[in-house]
Amino acid sequence: MRKKHDWLRETYQKSLEKMPERPVAHRTLSDIAPEPLYTPEDIGVLDPEYEEKRGYPGEYPYTRGVYGSMYRSKLWTMRMFAGFGTAEQTNERFKKLLKAGQTGLSVAFDLPTLMGYDSDHPLSKGEVGKCGVAVSSLADMEILFEGINLEEVTTSMTINSPANAIWAMYLAVAKKKGYDWKKLGGTIQNDILKEFIAQKEFIFPPEPSVKLVIDTFEWGPKNVPKWNFISVSGYHIREAGSTAVQELAWTLADGFEYVEAALKRGLDVDEFAPRISFFFDVHNDFFEEIAKFRAARRIWAKEMRYRYKAKNPQSWMLRTHAQTAGVSLTAQQPLNNIARVAIQALAAVLGGTNSLHTDAYDEALALPTEESATIALRTQQIIAYESGVTHTIDPLAGSYYVEWLTDEMERQAMAIIEEIRRMGGVVRAIEEGYFLRELAEASYRYQQEVERKERIIVGVNAFTDEIPLKVPIQLVDPEVERVQAERLARVRRERDPKRVEEALAGLRRAAVEGQNTMPHFVECALAYCTLGEMMDVLREVYGTYQEPAYV
Amino acid sequence: MDRRIRVLIAKPGLDGHDRGAKVVARALRDAGMEVIYTGLRQTPEMIVSAAIQEDVDAIGLSILSGAHMHYFREVKRLLEEQGASDILVFGGGIIPDEDVPKLQELGVAAVFGPGTSTQEIVDFLKRAVPERWQAQGLA
Repeated sequence: MRKKHDWLRETYQKSLEKMPERPVAHRTLSDIAPEPLYTPEDIGVLDPEYEEKRGYPGEYPYTRGVYGSMYRSKLWTMRMFAGFGTAEQTNERFKKLLKAGQTGLSVAFDLPTLMGYDSDHPLSKGEVGKCGVAVSSLADMEILFEGINLEEVTTSMTINSPANAIWAMYLAVAKKKGYDWKKLGGTIQNDILKEFIAQKEFIFPPEPSVKLVIDTFEWGPKNVPKWNFISVSGYHIREAGSTAVQELAWTLADGFEYVEAALKRGLDVDEFAPRISFFFDVHNDFFEEIAKFRAARRIWAKEMRYRYKAKNPQSWMLRTHAQTAGVSLTAQQPLNNIARVAIQALAAVLGGTNSLHTDAYDEALALPTEESATIALRTQQIIAYESGVTHTIDPLAGSYYVEWLTDEMERQAMAIIEEIRRMGGVVRAIEEGYFLRELAEASYRYQQEVERKERIIVGVNAFTDEIPLKVPIQLVDPEVERVQAERLARVRRERDPKRVEEALAGLRRAAVEGQNTMPHFVECALAYCTLGEMMDVLREVYGTYQEPAYV
Repeated sequence: MDRRIRVLIAKPGLDGHDRGAKVVARALRDAGMEVIYTGLRQTPEMIVSAAIQEDVDAIGLSILSGAHMHYFREVKRLLEEQGASDILVFGGGIIPDEDVPKLQELGVAAVFGPGTSTQEIVDFLKRAVPERWQAQGLA
């Protein structure tokens, strides 16, 4: 049986050599100094399953956290999702967020960009800059990151179907500014399977869509080694109405599906798996959420090690971003959402998340204002610096309830994962409408429970005395569409048409011949091909996808 | 004879958030209405043409992307253009309070924000649609 002092001497010390303890008092308000970790030894009990099920932080099966010293050394990354209007406006918001103490950037794109249309496409009308920033070409991306040191920040980009093109634009900005790709850190979401399951921002059919994802698995580790080229996301699955168990199971099933596709291409699991990252929702049921994160790490570690035969411990580690549940926010009595977000954020931290976005209280009404986004960031800072939960790693381990619930969620999730495997995998299950049916059931059931008041939502179906309150709203300047259209016209006028043509032809050839598309996307970006032009080439080669309308 | 209320639930534009639309569609169906759900990514032209073809009494638009002003305006305009302005238009999604009076000015009959009970939407349609029938001498 491995002893705590062995872990302290080996894993913990090694972790401190890389990242020393933060220079703050790891002491309670009564001046008690908690140790970095507590185990059954500390309270004199026996836990024969301790090593197998819980283990030590930074060690297999990572139930207690992926890093040896966790928040004692490094807090989670406070990464607030932002983007609206033009690249100039979002760039300004980014600079303010960095000044306010945020440690990483996270870009929200508008719907035309997410769907691979230029801002001046007819289908973009009314949507440009509305729920994120509009990026139609390298010219927009250059403005978006103007004055930001790309080797110093890490950037997360929520982009899926056009992920290859948008990532290529970011890398093109870096290249033109002379930054070293080897030093760039960040994440592209690039998780197309959950688009078919929940978020619905797909362009191409499932098979070529997965091919584009695996292109990044192959190209990424060799060219941009510190970049997470995928963030396998449960967030949208949950927001579309799934339960926590379904979110856990389907997200991991998606992750395994990508691993299998990459193995099928002949890639080495230990080359790509360390750069797979995750993204989970964090909802109101406090302990269920904590258990979900712990179970997710354990399942991933076990499966990667034993089913997919990964040897590098980095391949076993489930590193994750988390976001509080937008779907839980209420339009009624919106200030109550600050309390909801605080509880959810605390659950994510106690669950050992590596990065966190906290929602602003006004998100059920509109895009967040600068003030509401700042309160959301302050909520994280209060948890990080005032609550004391960071004194010791995984402080809820050993709670009868938390450990039991972790086991139970693992058991239920594995049953669903096995069911999906029996169906022939995630793509098959998508084609059979499995996820649509399950989601429709789960979300309707929840809505009925709320309407029957079996579930109480404060301010919605109980305690509804409204205190009159005017919430200031962030509105998007309608000028965005015009500004974007003008910039696009200028880009098309000033670029080298021959280089554009050749770059698009190269992309087409790669798509037709089944070659890796990434080098061609980079060349297209550098040539100032627009996003719409790149996606149109692939629409022609791959076709588009329409899902069945199922209620 | 009891005439059944026919409703088209539509997702205009590029937004893929369809949980609300589907929950509402199902609740209306469970309340005895005939419901047609368009599926995702419908243009205003597609929505209006489906509504006329299916001879619906009401169109419910679900929009969470912030593009609501544009889509409601277009749908109302096309209905008028095609002589179908008797079809009632209502909607829901993430719609700021400030925009609700502007939508009502366009002739949008009701806007249901997050947290609305589906019963409220059922009650609204059961009241507003027969009122229209009466006004048109259909009931």
